Amino acid sequence: MADNIIVLEAKSISKQFPGVLANDRVNFDLRKGEIHALLGENGAGKTTLMNILYGLYRPDSGEILIDGKEAIIHSPEDSITLGIGMVHQHFMLIPVFSVAENVMLGDETVQHGILDRKSVAIKVRDLSHKYGLDVDPQAQLGQLSVGMQQRVEIVKTLYRDAQILILDEPTAVLTPQEAEDLFRIMRDLTKRGVSIIFITHKLKEVLAIADRITVMRAGRVVGSTTPKETNEAKLASMMVGREVILTVRKEAAKPKEDVLQVENLHVQDDRGLDAVRGISFNVRAGEILGIAGVQGNGQTELAEALTGLRSIKGGKIILAGIDVTGKPPRPITEAGMGHIPEDRQRYGLVLSYTVADNMVLCSYYLRPFAIGTMIQQEAVDSNARKLIEDYDVRTPSPYVPVSKLSGGNQQKVIVARELSRPVKLLLASQPTRGLDVGSIEYIHKQIVAMRDRGVGVLLISAELDEIMSLSDRIAVEYQGQIMDIVDAKQADKESLGLLMAGIKSSETLKTAA
Amino acid sequence: MDWRRFAVIALVIIIMFGTVVLVGIAHDSPLVIITSMLATTIAVATPLTLGALSGIYCERAGVVNIGIEGMMLGAAFFGWLASIYMNTIFHFPAMVSLLVGVIVAILTGGLFALLHAVLSITFKVDQIIGGTVINILATGITGFLNRQMFFGAGSVFGGQVPHSPGVLPRIHIPLLADIPVIGRIFEQQPIALTALALVIITHFILFYTRWGLRTRAVGEHPRAADTVGINVIRMRYMNVIIGGFMAGLGGGYFTLESISSFEPLMTNGRGFIALAAMIFGNWTPFGAWAAALVFGAAQALQINLQFFRTSIPPQLAFLQNSYVVGLAPYILTMLILTGLIGKTIPPAADGKAYEK
Amino acid sequence: MQNSDEKGFAKNLRRLLDSLLVPVLAILTAVILGGLIIKVVGGDPIAAYKGLIQGSFGSPKALSETAVWATPYIFAGLAVAVAFKGGLFNIGAEGQLALGAVTAALIGYALPTWLHADIPAYIHIPLAVGLGMLAGAIWAAIPGALKAYTGGHEVINTIMMNYIALNITSYLLNGPMRDPDPLNLSARTPEIAVSARIPPIFNNPLLRVHWGFVLALIVAVIIWWLLWKTTLGFEIRTVGANPDAAKYAGINVKRTIIITMAISGALAGLAGAIEVTALNYRHELGFSIGYGFDAIAIALLGKTNPFGVILAAILFGAMRNGATRMQFLTQIPVDIISVIQALILLFVAADAIIRFIYHIRTREDRVVLTRGWGG
Repeated sequence: MADNIIVLEAKSISKQFPGVLANDRVNFDLRKGEIHALLGENGAGKTTLMNILYGLYRPDSGEILIDGKEAIIHSPEDSITLGIGMVHQHFMLIPVFSVAENVMLGDETVQHGILDRKSVAIKVRDLSHKYGLDVDPQAQLGQLSVGMQQRVEIVKTLYRDAQILILDEPTAVLTPQEAEDLFRIMRDLTKRGVSIIFITHKLKEVLAIADRITVMRAGRVVGSTTPKETNEAKLASMMVGREVILTVRKEAAKPKEDVLQVENLHVQDDRGLDAVRGISFNVRAGEILGIAGVQGNGQTELAEALTGLRSIKGGKIILAGIDVTGKPPRPITEAGMGHIPEDRQRYGLVLSYTVADNMVLCSYYLRPFAIGTMIQQEAVDSNARKLIEDYDVRTPSPYVPVSKLSGGNQQKVIVARELSRPVKLLLASQPTRGLDVGSIEYIHKQIVAMRDRGVGVLLISAELDEIMSLSDRIAVEYQGQIMDIVDAKQADKESLGLLMAGIKSSETLKTAA
Repeated sequence: MDWRRFAVIALVIIIMFGTVVLVGIAHDSPLVIITSMLATTIAVATPLTLGALSGIYCERAGVVNIGIEGMMLGAAFFGWLASIYMNTIFHFPAMVSLLVGVIVAILTGGLFALLHAVLSITFKVDQIIGGTVINILATGITGFLNRQMFFGAGSVFGGQVPHSPGVLPRIHIPLLADIPVIGRIFEQQPIALTALALVIITHFILFYTRWGLRTRAVGEHPRAADTVGINVIRMRYMNVIIGGFMAGLGGGYFTLESISSFEPLMTNGRGFIALAAMIFGNWTPFGAWAAALVFGAAQALQINLQFFRTSIPPQLAFLQNSYVVGLAPYILTMLILTGLIGKTIPPAADGKAYEK
Repeated sequence: MQNSDEKGFAKNLRRLLDSLLVPVLAILTAVILGGLIIKVVGGDPIAAYKGLIQGSFGSPKALSETAVWATPYIFAGLAVAVAFKGGLFNIGAEGQLALGAVTAALIGYALPTWLHADIPAYIHIPLAVGLGMLAGAIWAAIPGALKAYTGGHEVINTIMMNYIALNITSYLLNGPMRDPDPLNLSARTPEIAVSARIPPIFNNPLLRVHWGFVLALIVAVIIWWLLWKTTLGFEIRTVGANPDAAKYAGINVKRTIIITMAISGALAGLAGAIEVTALNYRHELGFSIGYGFDAIAIALLGKTNPFGVILAAILFGAMRNGATRMQFLTQIPVDIISVIQALILLFVAADAIIRFIYHIRTREDRVVLTRGWGG
């Protein structure tokens, strides 16, 4: 457990970005050997604070003390020298380099001017054994699994004798079992005197692993507590500032005919490897089928194949009775597919276009927005005004470039666009990633409303809580295959977690048709 | 290297060499002809090799550089101008003048590269536009000064181009150049030899030194490099400027080693072909050099066929037509870019300005 | 909703002035720098610029010549601008222009001979110009198709096509299409038939400005209409702004890339065809050199907007035209214009430099086309 020595202290840290005060006189301290969780929703200021501690940003005011002494941290070099290491949410690793090269980058061992890969490999293996990390220095990083890559990030910090470790949303890319492994490693490290700051927005994890919990909201520290003194509901309301309904209230589903039938689908990823390996399922009108699974098990490729953005190697897709296998996006859209894409800024929007133009992105060529080849601008504009009001999109005007909107409002533009078309199947892929709680609630409401209107919803999400609260039936995807499809009412986190890790339990749950 | 690309390169070179041998067999022994082809190929591939190396330094660090053509043109002009000044105005001996010319050429390349670096890295101008600016600037300045300095009224040279100090002499590599017949291959001019050495040196730097590791990191994932304390901006600047030196040396080849005069636009697209060589060689020094040799061989074919004008069978007469053979490098480049001869992968962060 | 629509006019006027500010300052700065260069090599900048202005705007003849120079610049600038809007870098305007010119010349002088008959002008002119456009379109569509289907980057491919076109025209103009007139010493075609000539506007031999100039202005308006008022234009711009979102939107990205390049090439071919049918009445080797890069500079200076392109083209035309007079009066080589134009391009492309020098606030509309070499 933790000592009472304070190894790191942030005093009254403030940081202003154009238009937003990311950190407002934040106070934070870390004791030796403790796991201190920093909790808050997206945009609360957690990552900014950590980036300041790591030297990627400079605070406008405030000071940082390491072991009681004032520390000047102007760059990652400084923080590394002070013994701070950071494992970033989006890995700072180079896929084409080997593990050893990634670990030694910036701190290279050199013999007579030549890189000494051998001695680095030896040290990496030693660290690997010492902490049970099982990392192979010769492997090419791009070939490793996500969980393994994360361990390389950890080895990088240990290689530099880090005593203070910052982990930024580390479980975002892990299965529940891999997360457990990570927690074991963390506890191991703290036993050896390493102190850990653990950033997350997942309430259950925080209660499971942290010694102390500090909650941030809108740039300020709202409070600190321990797992013994709090619970999920209290933490959630601290995070958001009001009562939060943690589960979506919905009536029972009344499913009708099939709107989507997928038979034995095979899809390859960008490297030519099989990403989707023989998936079959169906979605009925008026129900939500949730596909659970850790990122990287073929969900992205599945969604792209279903919407025509990726070619299909084998199998069949039938949408509302029409065979759309292998067709390009337009006929699929016209057959009744609505798509909220996973990467909203890349696929879902043209950032430099106005809100109005984005709202007709998929239908610009149809009446009333175009007659023949002539665009009818008035129709486009009045459509935009109506949707902005109906869906409560916060924007100064329909003619503002959509890049100026917040993430939540950008997603609302996409949702407004898709839901205002005659849609039979809505494919929502990671629809609430990176959004604030208010937007998340809104989008969940919209999805359930669509279901109640008789639309079939296919929800793909890496957030198990979201899947469990929204879905009527749950499918688990692992390494490109459906492990099982279960009735949501009978599903629990542990059994889903096992499926997500590829373990089909011998006592199967009651499978829904 | 991908076996397909290796096979294509070998095949193309064999065909070209074979053609010359067949044609020239009446005049000389095959060995002599092949030697001549090899010697010419190595020489002619020099600006392409250096241009490709320039591209490799820049792009491995993440900066796209299509201004190599302009850098070479500018270097060719100013290097030549310097050598003439040294020789005609300051009366230095020819060798010294030429060497000064080489140094000036290298520095000119570096200067243009500095401009490209400032535009692309600091001002974050789109890198292709920046490269185009370099090309236009180089064409304009060299054209203007060429006319003004030599043919303009009141010019130092009195309205005509003075005698130039000639070209750099061939270096006779001891032992190797003494081999009968084949020895000719080892009698090359300094810039050509330097280019070969630079290929080896660049390979070593890029893959075996700390500098190379950091450069490649900056070109693949600059943010990752930043988080381990590497100065991304500084690495990019230095690599672009080194790339400029390479291009400058390549420019020096035209006016100080190949012929001893300057013609506007004399680089004739070689800077762009060098980029194709770089892409084909998958951004590696040896790969780019191999591709440069192929292009060089095409040009060597053209040159060597001139010697055997009278013995070309009528079926192959069209090869004499410089338009046809002259097309080969360009068409070959386009073929290479289709990726049909193997896909190549650029550095992941190539072309993207780095935002902190 | 805010009242942003009410103050529409004032707001639009301010936005217009704002977007003109940097180009104007860029030109000004380049001119000053150019003057310095002239001073350094021993010339008189004031006299040089006086000669320049006199030569470009100082008389009806000067104005007419400026319009003559500007005409191909408008077409070529539009060509590059359309490609930019589609996210493509067409550096091949030079080759497309050359082939357009050669084709128009061929139809112009050879068609009556082939058909053994005279052809009325209202058929001959559209045929020559139209086929010239087609030649340019095809020449650009080839690298377009390569980009669409193989990912081969259009920057290098269009440059290669330039050199190939140069070789082809060189061969043709020295060989089968060479003017057989015994007095002819250069590589050029025979004169085109009278029925293929676009007439000048005025009946004055000093005023060479021809109806091609008017056509250029009309075509600019058509391009504006195409890009912002039609579904095809929407598709072109969307592919240029975000090809992934375009695919998501159901747009056939490959087809759009090829169409964009074809339109771009057609415009460049048109530039060449008009020069042949309206001005020179033949095609001569070396005519097309330099147009490619000039077109890029014009497209960027005009902010890839058709009306901006017209203004930029007139500016460049004026400079090239006036330079001859400047050289005549002051012996400063016309090449200084290239340097000044390169500097203008430099400052426009790196408008951050201008903003830095003159302390102007930054705007966010940066043109970014480089997506690496792709694959």
